[in-house]
Amino acid sequence: MPSSEEIFDKVREALVDALGVDDDEVTPQATLQGDLDAESIDFLDIVFRLEKAFDIKIERGELFPEDILTNVDYVQDGKVNAEGVAKLKERMPFADLSKFESNPIVQNLAQELTVQDMCNFVEHKLAA
Amino acid sequence: MRWFWIDRFTEFVCDSHAVAVKGVSLAEPHMHEHIVGYPIMPNSLVTEGIAQAGGLLVSEHYGFSELVVLAKLAKVSFHSYVRNGETLTYRVTVDSLRRDGAVVSATARVGERLHAEAQLFFARLDESNDVTGGVPLFRPRDLRHWLQLVGVFEVGVRQDGTRIREAEYPLVETSAVV
Repeated sequence: MPSSEEIFDKVREALVDALGVDDDEVTPQATLQGDLDAESIDFLDIVFRLEKAFDIKIERGELFPEDILTNVDYVQDGKVNAEGVAKLKERMPFADLSKFESNPIVQNLAQELTVQDMCNFVEHKLAA
Repeated sequence: MRWFWIDRFTEFVCDSHAVAVKGVSLAEPHMHEHIVGYPIMPNSLVTEGIAQAGGLLVSEHYGFSELVVLAKLAKVSFHSYVRNGETLTYRVTVDSLRRDGAVVSATARVGERLHAEAQLFFARLDESNDVTGGVPLFRPRDLRHWLQLVGVFEVGVRQDGTRIREAEYPLVETSAVV
């Protein structure tokens, strides 16, 4: 199991390659969409790079459970309901959803995903 | 102008790699329109040729039955100019294949000269990201014709060396086209 620093270094490398950003822009607190300008297609690119860097398999929807965000049982008027938030927490134990929970607008989830969340995700996968 | 930017495959190994060639001729209008008075092959069209070669290789993985689109050029660099009378050789190699897409690395060479290097991402559009309301964007018979023109079934093999055959793929009309 690599150390947290080693995981961060590889995640940073993946993000630098996928998003064309500078090393120093990739801080643990940086948000992927807000700070690093990731677009939806970049998430597929990032997933490919993480799989290769860590020799892991990431299933569709595992990093970003889009199926929950498009499910009418969990989303009403553009907001994720309590049941949906609980489901997201279950599926995303690696992410800090406390900020999202206070205003669970669907678009906010991707906006608030941070580099640290990505590192936590990898750590979670490696520990599984 | 017809949107064919590879002339023929010379190798096509499923889920692995393919090699395609493109002859560059003064008979092509773009040679005279890109830089007037100095005919060179536009690098955008070299990229398109690479994407067509890689896209067909990826499309085969999904049985030539799914919509595969170029989603992103992760990297691309060019190192020379390609002139009339030269032949481009595109080599595309599958780096990674997933249910939702693929990564392909590619080179373009003229003889031994390295002209371009690229890394491309292809996305597979399935029922979950339907963009046409379930109506196909192209006719299977048109895809079949293209595959025939560029020799996919003449050189295409699986990784165990067995030939792929046209009849193994659903390249027949099943529904209306937009």
